[in-house]
Amino acid sequence: MLRRLFKDFRFGLLPVPGRIIAIVFFVALFIIPLIDDSKYTLFVLTTSSLLVIFAVSWDLLSGYSGQVNFGHALFFGVSAYSVALLHKYFDLQPWATIPIGTLVAVGIGVVTSIPALRLRGPYLSLLTMAFPLMLLGLVMAFKPWTGGEFGIPGIPPLAGTHVGEYYICLIVMTVSVLIMWKLTDAGSKYIRTGLIFHAIREDEIAARASGINTINYKILAFVIGGFFAGLAGALYAHVLGTVSISYLSMTMSFRAIIYVVFGGIVSIYGPVVGVYILQTLLQFAGQAGQNFLGQNQILIMSVIVILVLIFMPEGVAVWIRDKIERECPRCKLTNGFWRKECRACSAPLR
Amino acid sequence: MIEQIIIGTLVTGGVYALLAVGFSLIFGNARVINMAHTGFFMLAAYGLYYFIRRIGLGAAPAIVIIVPAVTLLGILAYRFLINPIREHHAAVLLMTVAIVLVFQESMTAVFSSKYWSIPSLISGFTDILGVSVLNQHLLVLGVVAVVIVAVWLILARTKLGIALRATAQDAEVATLMGISVPRTLMITMGIATFLAAVAAVVVAPIWTIHPAMWSLPLVMVLVIVVLGGLGSIKGAIIGAFIIALVQVSVAILMPSYSYLKVVFAILAMVIVLIVRPGGLFGVMFEEERL
Repeated sequence: MLRRLFKDFRFGLLPVPGRIIAIVFFVALFIIPLIDDSKYTLFVLTTSSLLVIFAVSWDLLSGYSGQVNFGHALFFGVSAYSVALLHKYFDLQPWATIPIGTLVAVGIGVVTSIPALRLRGPYLSLLTMAFPLMLLGLVMAFKPWTGGEFGIPGIPPLAGTHVGEYYICLIVMTVSVLIMWKLTDAGSKYIRTGLIFHAIREDEIAARASGINTINYKILAFVIGGFFAGLAGALYAHVLGTVSISYLSMTMSFRAIIYVVFGGIVSIYGPVVGVYILQTLLQFAGQAGQNFLGQNQILIMSVIVILVLIFMPEGVAVWIRDKIERECPRCKLTNGFWRKECRACSAPLR
Repeated sequence: MIEQIIIGTLVTGGVYALLAVGFSLIFGNARVINMAHTGFFMLAAYGLYYFIRRIGLGAAPAIVIIVPAVTLLGILAYRFLINPIREHHAAVLLMTVAIVLVFQESMTAVFSSKYWSIPSLISGFTDILGVSVLNQHLLVLGVVAVVIVAVWLILARTKLGIALRATAQDAEVATLMGISVPRTLMITMGIATFLAAVAAVVVAPIWTIHPAMWSLPLVMVLVIVVLGGLGSIKGAIIGAFIIALVQVSVAILMPSYSYLKVVFAILAMVIVLIVRPGGLFGVMFEEERL
């Protein structure tokens, strides 16, 4: 067992710089509270880890299976509002509200997938964009129950301390990202969903001709996307202690898209990088609105996004990966940038 | 009541028609979902406000400056920001979102997030069949009618229009026929932005000007073009008036639930899409056919 782990470490991890960076990064996230446990730092990191779940779930649904969803905030907001309403009217605690909220989001995912199966391309995107806006209209129309533009305050926190809350969200984020990574891994021998999502995105007719029930897999993509976005939304409501209409707004849907496309679409690490650069770094650089950067955060974020898109339209993470890793042309194994020939089959790398 | 609904539908629908035709043109030709489309609309409205209220110019010189300036800005944005990354669909979409956010934030920085208004371009009433109509509303209707007919004539009768439609149908074959596709797309973007700027100029005195004024028209334009069929000019115009009718009736018949106007507009779209997945006058594109 130990020997196998060592072997994985020696041959699967060390020669691939991207994986080393990922491991180091996650270890760093786990030890940050030991170094700096100020409330602001942890709050920013906690919300970032929830946004990571949200962004990665969009990538799974829209990047991998190609069902480009402009209304991902629907799942997030529905789940957050269910949590808030369950707490307000039934006085349920986090251990009950979070699963129910997530399940509601999954149900909504199934419901949205019904019209989505009939449509494709831009029609699908624009239709999905409409759903959260419809819900937003309903929230505003039934103010006495939903609080209208002021939202519902007073949702209890996840844990007593900020460090506890941080670790809960961090662990949920790590596990969710690992699960979604495995689900979308096209090279996996055990889970076929990754390969099938790729097939549906690239050519749906060919996928159907190969005997794949594309309808079921599209619904599955909506269910998985809805599940993780709903999980993020439920946790987010508890962390912030309040829900508001901004959870359902078009901006929220576009935030997921911004992070994913900025980091690199159709890659699980892309959204992670996107969130930690655009959300976390900018928040820290802005010092909670104390300086020029903090007061014009959206402006600066948009300008960064424009510049990045012009110079690296594939996304930051993919651009960095292409700089530090090379794929062997013969055996498709990933190599570090320092190698002249492949580490397995010694074919020359260009 | 009914005359209010009719006038409101015609005015709102006219403005939406101008916006939706531009959006539809740029989508049909370049396959770009231009989220920044109503951003240019907002910029033109702010520009008009700036020249009339802050500098003190008359309405006519302000319009003469603002409309070409915004059109030029649209062409430049297309040339330098959107065109280089056109083959990456997701990146283009995000680029247009980022552009509109830059517009919104810079307008907030310059003019603060307050609500502004500008005086009517022409004042007074006219009696039509016993109903008094604001002259400004008549101006909107007149301008919308003239501009839409002009666009229709350009598309149907001129060589440029034929080039535009050929590019929309098949860019490769259009290139083979000696049409410069990049130039055609830039002209399309210019026409689209011009329409947005004209819509802003005529409607700015009626609507209030604020940094988020792009978002509701954008949602409505998206609903309209999906309802009418993406890439179809006729569908955009008819869809604009259907959606305007829904929106204005909700706002007038149940004022306390005016938030539901988006809900009802979207419901209308969903119903159309369930009956006809390609929209009312949908243009099916080769690569998107099921």
